[in-house]
Amino acid sequence: MFALLTSYVAAGLVVMLAGRRLGTALAYGVAALPFVATLAWLAVRRRDIATGIDESVGWVGDLGLDLTLRIDGFAALMLLLVAGVGALVVWYSWKYFSTLPPRLLGLLVLFGGSMAGLVVADNLLVVYGCWELTSITSFFLIGDRYRDRHARAAALQALLVTGAGGLAMLAGFLIIGAESGTYQLSVILADPPRGGLMSVALVLVLLGAFTKSAQYPFHSWLPAAMVAPTPVSTYLHSATMVKAGVYLIGRLAPAFAPDVGWWRPVVVGVGVVTMLAGGLRALRQTDLKLLLAMGTISQLGFMVAVLGWGSPLAAVAGGALLLAHGMFKAAAFMVVGILDHQYGTRDLRQLPRPGPGWRPTAVATVVAAASMAGIPLVFGFVAKESAFDALTGEGAGGALALAGVVAGSALTAAYSYRFAAGSLGRSSRPGAARAGPAPVAAFVAPAVLLCAATVLFGVWPAALDGVVDGAARALGPLVEPVHLAVWHGFNLPLLLSAAAIGGGALIAGTTSRRQVREAGKRQAHLPSAEDGYRASLRGLNLVANRVTAVAQPGSLPVYLGVILLTAAVVPGALLLSGRWWPGWPQLVEIPVHVPLAAVLIAMALAAVLVRHRFAGALFLGLTGYAMAGLFIAQGAPDLALTQVAIETLTTVLFVLVLRRLPDRFERRRAPIRRTLRLTLAVVVGVAAFAMTLAVGSLDPVPNIADEMIDDALPEGGGGNVVNVILVDFRALDTLGEITVLVAAAIGTVALARAGRRPAGVPASGDKSERAPPPVRLSRLVTIDVSVRIVFAAVMVGSIWLLFAGHNQPGGGFVGGIVAGAALALRYAQGGLPEVRALSRGRPWLVLGAGLLIAVVTAIVPALAGWPVLDAAAMSLDLPVLGTAKVTSALFFDIGVYLVVIGLAMMVFESFGDDPVVAPPASASASVRRR
Amino acid sequence: MSLLLAFTAAVLFGAGTYLLLQRKLSRLIIGLGLIGHGANVVFVSTSRRGTAPLIGTADPDSFADPLPQALVLTAIVISFGTTALLLALAYRSWLLTHDDEVPDDIDDRDVGRGAIDSEVADAEVINVADTDVIDDEAGRGRAQEASS
Repeated sequence: MFALLTSYVAAGLVVMLAGRRLGTALAYGVAALPFVATLAWLAVRRRDIATGIDESVGWVGDLGLDLTLRIDGFAALMLLLVAGVGALVVWYSWKYFSTLPPRLLGLLVLFGGSMAGLVVADNLLVVYGCWELTSITSFFLIGDRYRDRHARAAALQALLVTGAGGLAMLAGFLIIGAESGTYQLSVILADPPRGGLMSVALVLVLLGAFTKSAQYPFHSWLPAAMVAPTPVSTYLHSATMVKAGVYLIGRLAPAFAPDVGWWRPVVVGVGVVTMLAGGLRALRQTDLKLLLAMGTISQLGFMVAVLGWGSPLAAVAGGALLLAHGMFKAAAFMVVGILDHQYGTRDLRQLPRPGPGWRPTAVATVVAAASMAGIPLVFGFVAKESAFDALTGEGAGGALALAGVVAGSALTAAYSYRFAAGSLGRSSRPGAARAGPAPVAAFVAPAVLLCAATVLFGVWPAALDGVVDGAARALGPLVEPVHLAVWHGFNLPLLLSAAAIGGGALIAGTTSRRQVREAGKRQAHLPSAEDGYRASLRGLNLVANRVTAVAQPGSLPVYLGVILLTAAVVPGALLLSGRWWPGWPQLVEIPVHVPLAAVLIAMALAAVLVRHRFAGALFLGLTGYAMAGLFIAQGAPDLALTQVAIETLTTVLFVLVLRRLPDRFERRRAPIRRTLRLTLAVVVGVAAFAMTLAVGSLDPVPNIADEMIDDALPEGGGGNVVNVILVDFRALDTLGEITVLVAAAIGTVALARAGRRPAGVPASGDKSERAPPPVRLSRLVTIDVSVRIVFAAVMVGSIWLLFAGHNQPGGGFVGGIVAGAALALRYAQGGLPEVRALSRGRPWLVLGAGLLIAVVTAIVPALAGWPVLDAAAMSLDLPVLGTAKVTSALFFDIGVYLVVIGLAMMVFESFGDDPVVAPPASASASVRRR
Repeated sequence: MSLLLAFTAAVLFGAGTYLLLQRKLSRLIIGLGLIGHGANVVFVSTSRRGTAPLIGTADPDSFADPLPQALVLTAIVISFGTTALLLALAYRSWLLTHDDEVPDDIDDRDVGRGAIDSEVADAEVINVADTDVIDDEAGRGRAQEASS
């Protein structure tokens, strides 16, 4: 069975993705394959099904989540419907659609697979999973013509209603699972748990079943779903989807109906109401497809009422009803699709009399309608009579239910007549559509086949004894073997059947559609289910909008303010509530801190106060240099080196970008905002102050630092502990970090070099913008030469930093940044071409190579069976140079070095002068004037 | 750790916050840089001060704590990457609007003012009873439910 379910997924995906390539015939063949395979499987395994076939695959055992399947008689009956009607629908689609719809066909197969999974699942959570899969696939099927807003709305409605019910059902399943200690359906049903919570659980599960099976008051999604192409409607509303709820009620009813007091009044009551209301609404339709939709709702109510009764005989009747409905409703939908396809209308007032060549269609129509109405000698009669039989002699409640379904059956007979008469054009009027061409035989064949089966089993119902008997036995113990028959002698059910048919004839003969419509209009002021759905959807939309309005005001300062305030207030509040105060620490540690701190504070304030962009950037750079001084004072030469090099590069970067921007910030008068900003700044500053004091007062965890210092040489093979941490102990972090750098570099280039304006942004200048004057450099030989000499020296220095870094201050980061600074020199001397000429590799190649080297260094130890990034060291005795120690960390560091150089190259590539992106002088001038 | 350095960190954070709450991207970038410096001050001032952690150059017991240094080194390089990216954003903003201001999102504003409430409320809400055509193929099947 697992293989079968997989075949649905595979066939569905193949058709969806490669349908066009397969060609029409092959695509339909592939789509039909899983359905046919399921039928074959049922035929081969029919003897085993009587005892039930169990299959299980472990999944998440700890959660009770095993993929447990159980194919018993009831599941087999459902599979027969799912696969049998499915195969015929695929056939029908082949003639219905003029061109192959790969997406729709593939989804149809996937939907069939979900439905098959649903009926064979023996684990409640698997049931739920398949249930939602049918909801989602039907969403796409109903909304297939997604450009049409009606299709979208209908698909959404089906998804929301059945999805909400599905969620309620999941909650119910979880309660049942908790109450009974297992999620295995067969175990739960064999010994159903009792208790108050079970009632809650059952109500929730029933909500799921009612929404799925379109019971009142959740029915409104079903008529709306008629916007779907007719093959989809045929499959969804005759054999699958809506039958899921009926199936679930059928499964649960024998275990709960006899003992849970409210079960029968509620379930059977809802079913009967649905049957009557759906029948009444079907009577007033003029669109044949809508008529069938309302009829489907009515029939679903019938099945819910019968299967919900939960007695053994009701199970027999329910099985027969499921089969009968699957056959006649599928055939009826197919006929409507054929009429629609040939005539271009399915309005029963406009359909003409069928001409020559329409005989098979006409016969199919009559047979389907007769089965729907429950006329003897078609299978619908047998099923209906067994349903009446099951409700006979069941006390007062049973009598009430019986009266309801007989009345409903009379309505059914009436709208069945109307369906047949309308389809055959008996009531044709002036203004009828032109007679269309007769459908080809292959188009009608699936409907004819279904009708042939309806007649066959109507005359010889005993042929289905085995199937229905198996289904009923799977649901509960049976006293005697099932024997379906046309003639049971003169008894109450026969009388009731006659009453239903007679009543139907009476209704159809005496009341016009208009009268039913008028009766309906008199109740129009009552809130309908559609109104309820629309109101809740509006409410949902409005709530979502309000939440968006609060959570997403669209202002960057607001976002940042909230983030900063949270970051300041939450730890700040914790500090206020805790006993962390260490007492005031010393004012100044070492004298050199005083000038450094003074410069830092002064530069930071200056950066805030200045109104020139350049000046701000410059003060930021000066803050950085002061930071380098602080690093030296704290004993961190690596940091100082890095900071100085970075600060140089950053300044170059700012210069490259800011020269394009207006020099001054514009003044804005918004004093309140300003006060707010100041307040927030003070709050964050105070929080940072308190945090620093708190962190500084903590006893350091001595072991980490000391361990690292102790291990650096023996394990990391390096004397520079900081570098060993970066490229060995915490190398995985560094690998992540350089990946971020690569991403940032690529983003920078992408943003900066996307020189073309996006569509819709008007060009601000004239055509001269496209060809700005080239940047002219007046080159001096002395500068050229000296830059080249200095460049060479700095590059050598950077490489020395890279190699020495393991033992002395330096390393890949520092070396790379120093090399980047050297590039800045070359840029200043000769512009972008000069930088480009240095390397044949483009910046992104250098970046990629660096990342690749680092990753390979990380992976190689793993391949050899050591931990990732494990360092290896070896000593080489080189002639002349003496002993050189090489560690694998060095290669990692080379990767880091290359990434950082690549980043620097990217900067010049992004912002360097370039004829393509250089802005027009006129445009920037106009901005400055503003 | 000293009051002086804690105060320095506080000033860097405060100044950075003030700049971060503005709309000009270039000021934002400077603010972010200042906050980064502030964080680095916290790291190096709250950890053990000492001689450079280079084995063989001094007594290991006098070494400064190397771990925060490694963290800060990473932070410095990363902040260069983010600065470059943000400057690229400013640059692009200038290319498109000749300014580097980050304006409020107009659509979000409209949502906030409730200007599009009615529009949003009716999104994908269709009165099936009002629709004349339940149609499954365009141009075909003009059946009317509610017309007569």
